[in-house]
Amino acid sequence: MNKFSFLTPDKDNLYVYLYSGLLLFLFSVIDVTLNSFLNINLTSFLPDTISFLLPLVLGYIGLHFIRIEYSGIKFLDLVNRNINTSHFNAFLSLIIIFVVIKVLPPALSWFILDANIAGDSKDACSGTGACWTYIKIWFNRFMYGMYPNDEQWRINISFISLAFLGSVGFFAPDKLKKYLTLYYVVIYPFIALLFIYFFISGGPIFFDFSYGIIAAAISIIIGFFIPSKFKMYYFLIVPITIYILLKYVFFYEELIELGKLEALEWVETGAWGGLSLTFIVSFFCLIFCFPIGLFLSLGRRSDLPIIKYISIGFIEFWRGVPLITVLFMSSVMFPMFLPEDMFIDKLVRVIIAISLFEAAYVAEVIRGGLQALPRGQYDAAKSLGMGYWKMHIFVILPQALKLVIPGIANTFLALVKDTPLIFVVGLLELAGMLGLAKTNPDWLGFAMEGYVFASIVFFIICYAMSKYSYNLEQKYKTER
Amino acid sequence: MNLKKILPQLLTIVVVVLIFGFFSYNAQVNMDNRGITFGYGFLSQESSFDVQFSLIEYDGSHSYFRAYLVGLLNTILVSVIGIVFATIIGVVVGIARLSKNYLIERTAAVYVEFFRNIPLLLQIFFWYFAALRALPLPEKAEPMLGVFFLTIKGFFVPAFVWNNLDIFIYSIIAAIISIFFVRLYAKKKQENQGIQTPVLLISIGLLAVLPLLSFLIGGAEAYVEIPVIKQLSQSSFTYEGGLKLPPELISLALALSLYTATFIAENVRAGVQGVSKGQKEAAASIGLTPNQILKLVVMPQALRIIIPPTTNQYLNLTKNSSLAAAIAYPDLVLIFAGTALMQTGRAIEIVSITMLTYLSLSISISILMNWYNKKIAIKEK
Repeated sequence: MNKFSFLTPDKDNLYVYLYSGLLLFLFSVIDVTLNSFLNINLTSFLPDTISFLLPLVLGYIGLHFIRIEYSGIKFLDLVNRNINTSHFNAFLSLIIIFVVIKVLPPALSWFILDANIAGDSKDACSGTGACWTYIKIWFNRFMYGMYPNDEQWRINISFISLAFLGSVGFFAPDKLKKYLTLYYVVIYPFIALLFIYFFISGGPIFFDFSYGIIAAAISIIIGFFIPSKFKMYYFLIVPITIYILLKYVFFYEELIELGKLEALEWVETGAWGGLSLTFIVSFFCLIFCFPIGLFLSLGRRSDLPIIKYISIGFIEFWRGVPLITVLFMSSVMFPMFLPEDMFIDKLVRVIIAISLFEAAYVAEVIRGGLQALPRGQYDAAKSLGMGYWKMHIFVILPQALKLVIPGIANTFLALVKDTPLIFVVGLLELAGMLGLAKTNPDWLGFAMEGYVFASIVFFIICYAMSKYSYNLEQKYKTER
Repeated sequence: MNLKKILPQLLTIVVVVLIFGFFSYNAQVNMDNRGITFGYGFLSQESSFDVQFSLIEYDGSHSYFRAYLVGLLNTILVSVIGIVFATIIGVVVGIARLSKNYLIERTAAVYVEFFRNIPLLLQIFFWYFAALRALPLPEKAEPMLGVFFLTIKGFFVPAFVWNNLDIFIYSIIAAIISIFFVRLYAKKKQENQGIQTPVLLISIGLLAVLPLLSFLIGGAEAYVEIPVIKQLSQSSFTYEGGLKLPPELISLALALSLYTATFIAENVRAGVQGVSKGQKEAAASIGLTPNQILKLVVMPQALRIIIPPTTNQYLNLTKNSSLAAAIAYPDLVLIFAGTALMQTGRAIEIVSITMLTYLSLSISISILMNWYNKKIAIKEK
């Protein structure tokens, strides 16, 4: 037998160390597990402090025994390499394992085992665990705010169709791929605006919507016969002309008749709320802040001093103030700047404010991309005789924007996380609705459930977005 | 100058001037209609509202300007607390993210992913309305370490009561100045003779010895005042003595530091990973010890990557502290843009002052950061 010391485990007596170490380690884990799940203390005969610290000490010694390098046992090497590299690491690993075991039972019991979901009033909750009944009853409010229950299908249909229209890019045949940018930048936001304005908002103006559809259909059909050279101008001018003609010339008399028909009920923006409002606000801010930010970043790098300094001032101003003061400004200060008879809807003001705010951040991200392009690209484009706009549209921006896609995605993520702030102006999205539900006299004392629910919802949305942006980052990293 | 350059600039100016003219004309008309005149004279008027938590003496008889100062100080207080804790947590988590231990790395990753993907406002609400509301009432609170009382009414901690505080502060200032000179001397010595001086140990020693001397010789004195429970009425208790941290401050500082720490952790990780392996190997091959490698090769390069985005995060934290308004922590936005605005109705003046305050705060920090960036940038010849 070789020399044998418990202080320095070695490979010669591998199995002695392995079995004694494993035994100690397993005992400590089992002790903690029993203690935490079944409330049995194996070492209750010892004084309290020792009984509390014993698993830690035993587990530590156990891990020390099995820390044998190149033992030849695959699993043991894996364990040693990953959680057991040194004394300090072993100690931290043990603490993490024990904390997880300790936290699991109360967490499980609160979330699932002792939680209540049946019933439809506060009395159905036993109070030992979470009261998911509260979430169940308030679910509609959390999703749609004060939007009337009978009209909520309008939000559903709008969102489903918008999601469907938004996914067109994935299914488009290659032939149409070159129009996708145009579609996403111009047409899709316009359709979304129509949906929100006429469908979710509703009211007698709903019939404008049908004119819009007729105008779009007619202009698309005629569009097939227009030579491609003029198509761009055609689609800029004709649909709007047809729409105006339809509305004010051809169907003017009928409009009055139709307006008397029972249309979709008008729902004021003050009643919108919940998660759907979060989506609406972040969607429009996202659409508006991108072009504004693009122009700001170009302005900041412009050769023309006045445009440059105005852009710099604008960007630094918005980046220097907190969003909450911007919202304050939009709600209390901005109305002072408007003529007395002019009124802009609260939601529109908020969307403008957040868009300007985020545009400054987008501008800085895009500037990073513009700066990262080598000078040669500019020089090459100029030497081909391209002007400023041609150079940027065909050479610079396609490359620069590709570089900054992850950065922009991160800015959008920040935007989504900022939307709860609109409670400042009295618009109640998910977090705001929780505040309202919390103070309802029938449902006092369920703040925890509400915030846990909202946290999970936001976490799912934001985590998915951040993973997506990470994927984009990886994708574009390899392509360059 | 050709027309192509002048025309767009001229147009921009015209548009900007038109917009500003339109706004200010309307503002003038609106204020005339309401009978208010534009001006900052109201700042010296009596404010006549009370603030729950203030670092300087303040009550309703003080002026609006004083109220503004109270708010500003409270904002700075919560920002400083948040920055200190966010840095500590962020550095620890960032290093844990780099650990070879799978469990530690995963735990840190879960923490980062979890806290950065939940809106900050929701986290503040969670701590304030859900977590801190579960704390015990003052009379039922268990003392932590015998002297700390964490209750639903706030966190009561022992306070120092000072005699001759100024001497103690002078001693600390003296210590800092002497550390500065020691560093200067050490640098010179290393450049001339190549000998390293243990600057860190000397600095710590100076920081410990000089304040200690102020106690022994200078006559500075401090004793600790421990909070004691006191009955206000039949069922209402509170603590007297010591320092009271209101729950608003705690939940705000907690949420801010936990949220910002995730970003700082990522910065730290990126910074340390950004130092190429070759640098460490090169340093080892010229015979530097592991400690010297960390101090002289890795850290200077990592800090160059870490510090700029981290300053940005500090700035964000300061701006995010304005969310205090949501849980009624009396910060600049709540006191000034909230209460004072409600009372005076001077929307333009107050919102502009508030925004300018934040703006000057962030611009001064970014000027400082640019200066620092220039200083540490790699000097290429």
